[in-house]
Amino acid sequence: MNKTLLIFKHEFRFTIKRTAFIIMTFIVPLIALLAIGAYHVISGAVKPTAEITNIGYVDNIGGFQYYTSQGKISLVPYDSSDVANQALASKDIKGYLVISSDYLTTGLVYFFTLEKQLEPPPATLSAIKNFLSSNLMTGKVSQTTIDLVEAPLNVITTRLTVTGAVSPEQGGYGNLLVPGIFSLLLVLSMMFSSSYLIQGLGDEKENRLIEVLLSSVSVRQLLIGKVLGLGAAGLVQVVVWVISAPLLLGLASSSIGGFLKTLVVPPNFYLLCIVYFILGYLLFAMISTAIGAISPSAREGQQLATIFTIPSIAPLWFSSAIMLFPNSPVWVVLTIFPITAPVTLMLRLGSTDVAAWQIALSILVLVLSVVGGLLLTARIVRTYLLMYGKRPGLGEIIRNLRNG
Amino acid sequence: MLAVEVNHVFKSYADKVAVDDLSFSVAQGEIFGLIGPNGAGKTTTIRMMMDIIKPDSGEVTILGKKLDEGTKNSLGYLPEERGLYKKLRVMDSIVYLASLKGMNPAIAEEKAGRLLAQMDMLVNRRKKIDELSKGMGQIIQFIVTIIHDPQLIILDEPFSGLDPVNTELIKKMLLDLKNQGKAVILSLHQMNQVEELSDRILMVNKGKAVLYGDLAEIKTKYRSNSVLLEFEGELGEIPGVSEKREHKTHTELVLDNKTTPKQLLERLVSRGIVINRFEIATPPLNEIFLRVVGNDHE
Repeated sequence: MNKTLLIFKHEFRFTIKRTAFIIMTFIVPLIALLAIGAYHVISGAVKPTAEITNIGYVDNIGGFQYYTSQGKISLVPYDSSDVANQALASKDIKGYLVISSDYLTTGLVYFFTLEKQLEPPPATLSAIKNFLSSNLMTGKVSQTTIDLVEAPLNVITTRLTVTGAVSPEQGGYGNLLVPGIFSLLLVLSMMFSSSYLIQGLGDEKENRLIEVLLSSVSVRQLLIGKVLGLGAAGLVQVVVWVISAPLLLGLASSSIGGFLKTLVVPPNFYLLCIVYFILGYLLFAMISTAIGAISPSAREGQQLATIFTIPSIAPLWFSSAIMLFPNSPVWVVLTIFPITAPVTLMLRLGSTDVAAWQIALSILVLVLSVVGGLLLTARIVRTYLLMYGKRPGLGEIIRNLRNG
Repeated sequence: MLAVEVNHVFKSYADKVAVDDLSFSVAQGEIFGLIGPNGAGKTTTIRMMMDIIKPDSGEVTILGKKLDEGTKNSLGYLPEERGLYKKLRVMDSIVYLASLKGMNPAIAEEKAGRLLAQMDMLVNRRKKIDELSKGMGQIIQFIVTIIHDPQLIILDEPFSGLDPVNTELIKKMLLDLKNQGKAVILSLHQMNQVEELSDRILMVNKGKAVLYGDLAEIKTKYRSNSVLLEFEGELGEIPGVSEKREHKTHTELVLDNKTTPKQLLERLVSRGIVINRFEIATPPLNEIFLRVVGNDHE
């Protein structure tokens, strides 16, 4: 069997059997599940949602006897304010309103409650409003019109192209959500895979197993096998998270679950996300391998790697600015700079049309960086993987790369 | 075909010359001792032979050609300091590393079972490496080194950390491998073990070859003109003996330049001395090394 494939299989199997990997893979969905559970428990304890709230009313005009059931609020008629006061005192109702006799000309309604409040809660106010308007219109207009007055607006926005045809790419929250999720997953899997790579190389370097490996395979076979093996393991992790996400969201709220079902994202959008995901991972894996090679220990390697992880995840910190001003020159530069490109571009894709030349240039720079990274890393590994002890300085590395 | 041919190889690092114009060859069916003090350039030489690092200049051929992936499968290498994947089981470690040498995993497993049994370690095959003692780990590494039936076996300090029983076991296996026609290179800094096993040696100091060739010839060349004697009776004054040194178990007679050991033996016999041991003294490699490099070693 091809030796690269053997290393790939070994690294993949070895990684997915690691306790840390298994915990990490399942802990993300598990934490989400626990959070949802905790939310349900807390919200259940605070607010018994099924209960109907009674609001009393005294009708001084007459005719307000329909539409007393408004969602979770029920309007109960009382003959006089005295009777309503008694009901309020005995907590049969949360409050009551008095429709004044000159209501039809002034619109005056008095609301009485035992609670300290500036105005009735929005849900109560809305129920009262609907109750009043529906009764006012009863018998004068059709039921359909009454329903429409209650909910007069149901906006459906469609994005058109300049020719007037429906654009294949529609805006909206769906487009923000998908790149957001992808960039977050990329950052997470990059950090884990990088940590596994540095750890693995550090261990092999510390226990000199690397020499046995290099007496059997070439540096390039070792690098490619390792990077792809760990990448595949990282991908398994991401797939588990992606699969669990809709299930968890469905559990979290039926409305969010429903919202997810309505997401329509064009396939080329996913394609770009996947391309950037893969290129971003490969670039980072190369950097991590080079760091693993020059670091005397895994621990020192992890510290050194943060120099590269921080800029790569930095665009996430500015995600709101990227979404508000997606075409600012700063973000354009970051889209082309290979380390920040994947996350920046994914975030920009959600909020704007990124110019095709920017995408093409950014992919080209990334591909060149990955290929260059592979060649350079192979050299660094060959030079430094067998040097133990002190970490070399930047000047020494450059000098050795030139000479080597 | 020579197992190894190294021609005028040179390697330097930023601050020092590690290997300085080194040339030697190793034939098949011999045990070749690569000796020298720590830091002499032995490990760098081995790494260049393994193509782990490239020489600055010079040429290395292994089994008649430049090292490539196919040739790597014919090599067995035991590095000086060693370790395995700590969390991997013994059998999985052996099979994985053997498969990287082009071995079929099923055959590797079967052969690993036989070698483990030979080393009396079969019961440990399902244990994780970090559950084994250091010595046991080294045995596993030795198995990894030879399992794929390599034509050339390079062992860097193979006996360090091994107990006497396992040391003897590995020595015996090395002699068996030699008898099967394999080339074995032993890199050692303990010179007495080299004397016991090697047919030929290369002695290096500060990256340079200081002695190279057949071990017996080297020892003959550097022998002091003296004889080790165990006898019964009185020696008295013997013509041709310039000095008499008493040792615990024997007497060393240093001969003058005109007398040969054969003449001495005749004189002793003619005096009726009962001789239990008569041995032409050859200096240990350690002493030869010190004589060759003087105090100029690291």
